[in-house]
Amino acid sequence: MSRPKPTSFQALILTLHNYWSEHGCAILQPHDIEVGAGTLHPATVLRALGPKPWNAAYVQPSRRPGDGRYGENPNRLQHYYQYQVILKPNPPNMQDLYLGSLEAIGLDLRLHDIRFVEDDWENPTVGAWGLGWEVWCDGMEVSQYTYFQQVGGLDVSPVAGELTYGLERLAMYVFGVDNVYDLPFNDPDSPLGAMTYGDVFLENERQHSEANFHGYDVAVLKGQFEDMERQVPLMLARDYQGKSLVLPAYDMVLKASHLFNLMNARGAIAVAERASYIGRIRDLCKMCASEWVKQQEAA
Amino acid sequence: MPQLLLELFSEEIPARMQANAARDLERMAREHLAAAGFLPEALKTFAGPRRLTLVVEGLPIAQADRKEELKGPRVGAPPQAMEGFLRKAGLTQDQLVERDGVYMAFIEKTGRPTPEIIAEMVEAIVRGFAWPKSMTWGTCKLRWVRPLKRILCVFDREIVPFSIEGIESSDISEGHRFMGDAQPFRVRDFDEYAKGLNDHFVVLDVEERKARILEGCKTLCFARNLELVEDLGLLEEVAGLAEWPTPVLGDMDPSFLDLPPEVIRTSMRTHQKYFAVKKQGEAGLAAHFITVANIQAADGGKVIAEGNAKVLSARLSDARFFWDEDCKPGAFEGWLDKLSGVTFHAKLGTMAQRVERIVALAGEIAPRVGADVGMAKEATRLAKADLASGMVSEFPELQGLMGRYYYRAQNGLAVVSPQGVSNEPKLGQGNAAEQAIIVADAIGHHYRPQGPSDAVPTAPLSVAVALADKLDTLVGFFAIDEKPTGSKDPYALRRSSLGVIRTILENGVRLPLRSAISAAVDAGMAAEQPVIAKLASLDDSQQSEARELLEHHGLDYMRALSRETGITSGINLHPSVFIYSSFSPGAFAKAFSDHRIFAKSYNLPDKQAELLAFFADRLKVLLKDQGKRHDLVDAVFALGDDDLVRIVARVEALDAFLKTDDGKNLLAGYKRASNILKAEEKKGWKAEGERGLLDDASAPEAALYDALRMVEPALAAALAKEDFTGAMQELAGLRGPVDAFLDGVFVNSEVAAERDNRLKTLAAVRDAMGQVADFSLVAG
Repeated sequence: MSRPKPTSFQALILTLHNYWSEHGCAILQPHDIEVGAGTLHPATVLRALGPKPWNAAYVQPSRRPGDGRYGENPNRLQHYYQYQVILKPNPPNMQDLYLGSLEAIGLDLRLHDIRFVEDDWENPTVGAWGLGWEVWCDGMEVSQYTYFQQVGGLDVSPVAGELTYGLERLAMYVFGVDNVYDLPFNDPDSPLGAMTYGDVFLENERQHSEANFHGYDVAVLKGQFEDMERQVPLMLARDYQGKSLVLPAYDMVLKASHLFNLMNARGAIAVAERASYIGRIRDLCKMCASEWVKQQEAA
Repeated sequence: MPQLLLELFSEEIPARMQANAARDLERMAREHLAAAGFLPEALKTFAGPRRLTLVVEGLPIAQADRKEELKGPRVGAPPQAMEGFLRKAGLTQDQLVERDGVYMAFIEKTGRPTPEIIAEMVEAIVRGFAWPKSMTWGTCKLRWVRPLKRILCVFDREIVPFSIEGIESSDISEGHRFMGDAQPFRVRDFDEYAKGLNDHFVVLDVEERKARILEGCKTLCFARNLELVEDLGLLEEVAGLAEWPTPVLGDMDPSFLDLPPEVIRTSMRTHQKYFAVKKQGEAGLAAHFITVANIQAADGGKVIAEGNAKVLSARLSDARFFWDEDCKPGAFEGWLDKLSGVTFHAKLGTMAQRVERIVALAGEIAPRVGADVGMAKEATRLAKADLASGMVSEFPELQGLMGRYYYRAQNGLAVVSPQGVSNEPKLGQGNAAEQAIIVADAIGHHYRPQGPSDAVPTAPLSVAVALADKLDTLVGFFAIDEKPTGSKDPYALRRSSLGVIRTILENGVRLPLRSAISAAVDAGMAAEQPVIAKLASLDDSQQSEARELLEHHGLDYMRALSRETGITSGINLHPSVFIYSSFSPGAFAKAFSDHRIFAKSYNLPDKQAELLAFFADRLKVLLKDQGKRHDLVDAVFALGDDDLVRIVARVEALDAFLKTDDGKNLLAGYKRASNILKAEEKKGWKAEGERGLLDDASAPEAALYDALRMVEPALAAALAKEDFTGAMQELAGLRGPVDAFLDGVFVNSEVAAERDNRLKTLAAVRDAMGQVADFSLVAG
């Protein structure tokens, strides 16, 4: 299984894909809706629930509108990639599998200081929590490792183990690069020409930063949020072959969540309103989660 | 005698839970073994990042056989009683022995083999362990802090066989994840276990891990002429994060040294768990750090040091960003705006409202502690602003401290002087710079004292702000009935009240508690008033003004009030949403007016008394901690005084007085006199009319009469001067005459006028003494 160490951002992703594929995961593609974190992909939030086994890995772009820095901050992006692994039930050797993936991408575990530091993960927007760790490599958090205990307010049983790798940060560390935009995106020796992360994403960061902070029309965002909010119960009330439309409903929740993040970045949400918006999204998410579990258990 | 070794091997246990886990394991094992009748020679537990270990020395291989005597029914008891007894004893009637008319059963209990008992014990411990947070994993039904992987359990060199939810006991342990051969190994006793761990790069004992870390740090420092900034809390934590702790020294970009040292240290400690270092003999920090790795790397830690240095740079860049943003002109006003979005407590409104209250209160307190009213209001207005700053949002423990730095920065004062050179303007010139220093200190010190070992603020302005801050907290939480109960004190009200008491006492501030409390209540009520007035002045078309006004209180406050008032019309209350449609500001003004937290609560007659009693309890605890006699404190308290400085002066004078002969004897005289009076008062006697010296008065009567005539005005004069030692000396003058009176005069004379006058004389003694303390509460 020994492969050459990755030398580019895309090779890092391919290495992880290969690694988790060889360990039995389904390699999925990103969900085609903007999300704030890879966890929100239905392949994690929904599949973590219910009795059926589920093992998957995928890359998911994460959108954090408020983190945009117009391409001027070497570490912060409003659009970045997370590598997400979900193993349900978590295998007993999950920690070893995880450490194996670090070795696969070229970290010598006898030279670096790897630590599992307590971190109780929770995501109030989807009513989820779990216990686990931040994994540190030489003092830097390279992954989040969580045993899901609840999602959408429901107990996760069997327990799903979740791994989240912050890909850009990990790549910067592995390749010794200080500025994300300098990361080699493809093979640095490509006969067709080397490309950096900046070549691919710098302009994207600039334009989206401006849109996030100043571009979007708040009234439009607000209207869209409320539209999505209305769609969820409609989807859940609709009967199709004896089931409600929980998957489309969940997509509407994701859209609402992203619209909230955009409004937040625009500064359109008073501090006092924040909690209530999050509560509204959580309630919608809980509705989807319990409906999903009902369908899974019936199947 | 045989030994038991148990290891519960799991994935990484949070560092903060390890010490308690070791204690709990020890307690549970002791209880179980004792219940089985074992008294082990020694029992010890260990906790580390991946294991809890128990070793018990000197257990027998089996329980001793036991003979039990059971008393059964009387001879001739109903048959049902006999049947029940036989069932319980597991015997037949012919096995019973009759003794003194009662059936007795003699049962021989064979002791069970120790391994059986151990297996039960381990199962009970594993299933009943009280982790602060536990979890399940995979399909296992067990709960543990993180997945439990193995249970090593050997007794007398043999595996104790059992299985808990699919985890089989074994004689296998594991060492370090990465160092050595990283292979599991077998052990049959503690010596083999300790050696195995050592060979596999695990330090079992947390104390050894700590010693190793300190030793390593000191070696690194020594070589570079540095000095470790010791941090016991951090040491404890990092000792729980590494099985083979190995300190590594890294370099920090020296350009960060212009940040306040607290910021650098907090960033290092909170985010990265690094130790800070100083140059030998210097005050400021050095441009290095020490991280404690879990591995002795082949390259001597070079890669680790470089990696960590990079992370620290990123962290400090964030801190620098916050610092630069926070130091921009106008920052304070921006933060003050934000405070209206920060809920202090649902029922007590936002932080902005709280600031309004403390500003008013500090204005009241300032003149009484010798501070300038204007400066006190200004310092208080700004005291909480830093809560909204970037730095304090990131590091809440830097509250106050950052406010002080920022205020100094805004006023052109030196912020950080790494060389320790002070270029403070000279004090005492009353200039603007001097005022700014005083205000900055008041902002920075108003949270003091933060614990029993923390100093109280001493500058008058800081005292005013600190007292206002704490009094508002106390009055507010008492208003909403959030008093501490038992061990629960979620808002640290005991600490706040002790802070008030210590600040008053240690500065000799004359601020009677009743007036302090009522000033705080007034400030609270005053802050409620304008909102109501403003709401009432709006008409139903002015929706957005009304809404803005209400939101100033915070949504939580509105929700709480709406629940209490029942006014929900026009407002859509959803558990997580607060949506307005049109509503009537006037109706709200009325409802709010009826339910004002401060006004409503403190209109109750005993509310202030309740808070006063709470203060009294804290003061008693404080005085007792200082070695003052409990009964003397009570005796002084009974006078109802609420001036803390005076109370303590009285207690001290009384204590000294009662150590003298005069004091002891006078106390005895007091007790005799008051017993006589009590008995007579019970029968209905009351002191009425003038006390005089009857014509045929005996010598002792005349002497006491004269003594009282001398002592009474002198006592009053001493008390007026608060000269309690002097007052006690005056009382000492009564000792002789009182003794002579009690010994030589028959109080209950048959002549009514004599009896009445003698009782009045005693009552006068009691009253005189009662002005100093309630001597009836003094023991002895």
